Amino acid sequence: MKKITYLQAMREAVRLEMIRDTNVFIAGQDVGVMGSSFGQTAKLLQEFGPQRVVDTPISETATVSLAVGAAALGLRPLITMEFMDFMAVCMDEIINQAAKMRYMLGGKTKIPMVIETLCGGGSSAGAQHSQCLEALFTHIPGLKTITASTPADAKGLMASAIRDDNPVIFIGHRGLLANSGEVPEGEYIIPLGKADIKRSGSDVTIVTWSAMVQKSLAAAELLAKEGIGVEVIDLRSLIPLDKECFLNSMGKTGRLVIVHEAVGTGGFGAEIAAIACDEGFDLLDAPIKRVTAPFTPVPFNSNMEKEYLVNEDKIFQAVKSLYE
Amino acid sequence: MKIGKDKMLNLYEIMVKIRQFEEKAKELFLSGELGGFLHLYNGQEAIAAGVCANLTDKDYITSTHRGHGHVIAKGGKVDRMMAELYGKATGYNKGRGGSMHIADLDTGILGANGIVGAGMPIAVGAAFALKYKGSNNVAIAFFGDAASNRGTFHEAINMASVKNLPVVFICENNGFGISTPQSAHQIIKDVSVRAGSYGIPGITVDGNDVLAVYENAALAVSRARKGEGPTLLECKTWRQYGHFIGDPEKYKDPEDQKKWLERDPIQKYEEKLLTLKLVTMDELVAIKENVKRSIEEAVSFGKNSPQPSPKEIYTDIYAK
Repeated sequence: MKKITYLQAMREAVRLEMIRDTNVFIAGQDVGVMGSSFGQTAKLLQEFGPQRVVDTPISETATVSLAVGAAALGLRPLITMEFMDFMAVCMDEIINQAAKMRYMLGGKTKIPMVIETLCGGGSSAGAQHSQCLEALFTHIPGLKTITASTPADAKGLMASAIRDDNPVIFIGHRGLLANSGEVPEGEYIIPLGKADIKRSGSDVTIVTWSAMVQKSLAAAELLAKEGIGVEVIDLRSLIPLDKECFLNSMGKTGRLVIVHEAVGTGGFGAEIAAIACDEGFDLLDAPIKRVTAPFTPVPFNSNMEKEYLVNEDKIFQAVKSLYE
Repeated sequence: MKIGKDKMLNLYEIMVKIRQFEEKAKELFLSGELGGFLHLYNGQEAIAAGVCANLTDKDYITSTHRGHGHVIAKGGKVDRMMAELYGKATGYNKGRGGSMHIADLDTGILGANGIVGAGMPIAVGAAFALKYKGSNNVAIAFFGDAASNRGTFHEAINMASVKNLPVVFICENNGFGISTPQSAHQIIKDVSVRAGSYGIPGITVDGNDVLAVYENAALAVSRARKGEGPTLLECKTWRQYGHFIGDPEKYKDPEDQKKWLERDPIQKYEEKLLTLKLVTMDELVAIKENVKRSIEEAVSFGKNSPQPSPKEIYTDIYAK
């Protein structure tokens, strides 16, 4: 194993899949010479040429549809949306076309495509460059929605996403790009739909994903000093969802806290809470708590954004409140 | 352009098949046998027939909510189509799609589409894949005058032109976006003028003249096959019925309707074939009778086919 960054891990997975399968191509804004805004596709143009690393106009709608049409004919497109917020401009293509084509056609086609995007606040990027919009996609049958919290997960999940025969929304986090960690070299696959226990504990279960995994782990460290053992479950894949993983954990702890960066109202945490109640009510010894962003847009001012974002302390307090 | 008698009669047969399919679908819908929405293609038959006569099974089309004509002209089988209108297990989409989503990838039909203007950029994606694979096949996007106001029109044609993709954009200008006349939804008269913005050829033809459509589509398809890029071909026509069956059509001027019915594409083509003495009235009647039998068989196939199990709703959401 070697230590590389989250960004390098994402890129390495894409590169290996492009070597492995000539049907894989990349299309998106600035993916070529620029290597994408944050370097996700750096130097891939030189290695694979402009036929497979396709710079597109700023046309999110046409780019997603290009992927849908190409995927229906057997290619495996990876398209990039530098900021998740931009996906709002191509929702018909994702929701009504990519997600539904196989089903509407009676199962006679596959749409193997990946939309790689980055979410997340914390850099004063403002209301249109900071959102975590995963819940818009988890609501749609036909889509798979996945996140990654570590470099190793980024590599293994990206490879799986590209090999998957369905439209997959791969949500990276801008705040994690520079994080480094040990990542297996060569082919590395993490199956979609498998959560990961990032820390074991027997008192409280935290269900979380993406950048909130690190925040939850930091809070768990503080809570351990208070004698509270926290189990941190990184869902990784939201759809398909590994509910057994957190239901089992709840069986052990009897307490559930859900942590996500997105706005709480209608967020995916509400779905987790509903499943926990429906299928694990008898396991619970305390009310379920959610730690999420408030129901506001993401503000620009850094102090205001601090107020908005979930942090270790908010998680710490939520867990502590279960013992009051 | 030289076109043989067989091809000319084939164009006729396709148009007649579309017309009879639509008339039968209308009858079944009004009698309550078919559910959902029905957007009929009557009056526009020359466009689907004339364009698709230039294509093979390895070429692809994207269609619209008014898609039956395109599917028939591209080689869709009327029995599987009728079964789909009935929502039966034997339908093209196993009853999951219905009128607005009929598709058959084996014959290059990527699907009718319930979202106006959504097919254009998907055809661009198909064209991208065809070029990527090194084939000389093409993709065709059918859409209407009103869809040319959507952002997808702009993004699709811009993408296709800047990437020099083998796609032909066929605008079926039938004069209305649902009830809104063209003059109220865009200031231009010819959608084809928009091609200039993308640096590609834009041509307007009489969409009720099947030979004019055929010949101009042939040029556009040939350009695409040779790697010369996309073309915007506008075919002026008239939607003989309303937007959907049940539409009272109060927005139509009866004078316009009368004028266009006199220019019915099938009637006009019959007259041409007879004038050229390429065919006798008996031969035309025989073609119509043959088509009529196939439509009756299709209805019987659709009606007598099994219903899909309700439990089928849980399958094919994801590919394994």
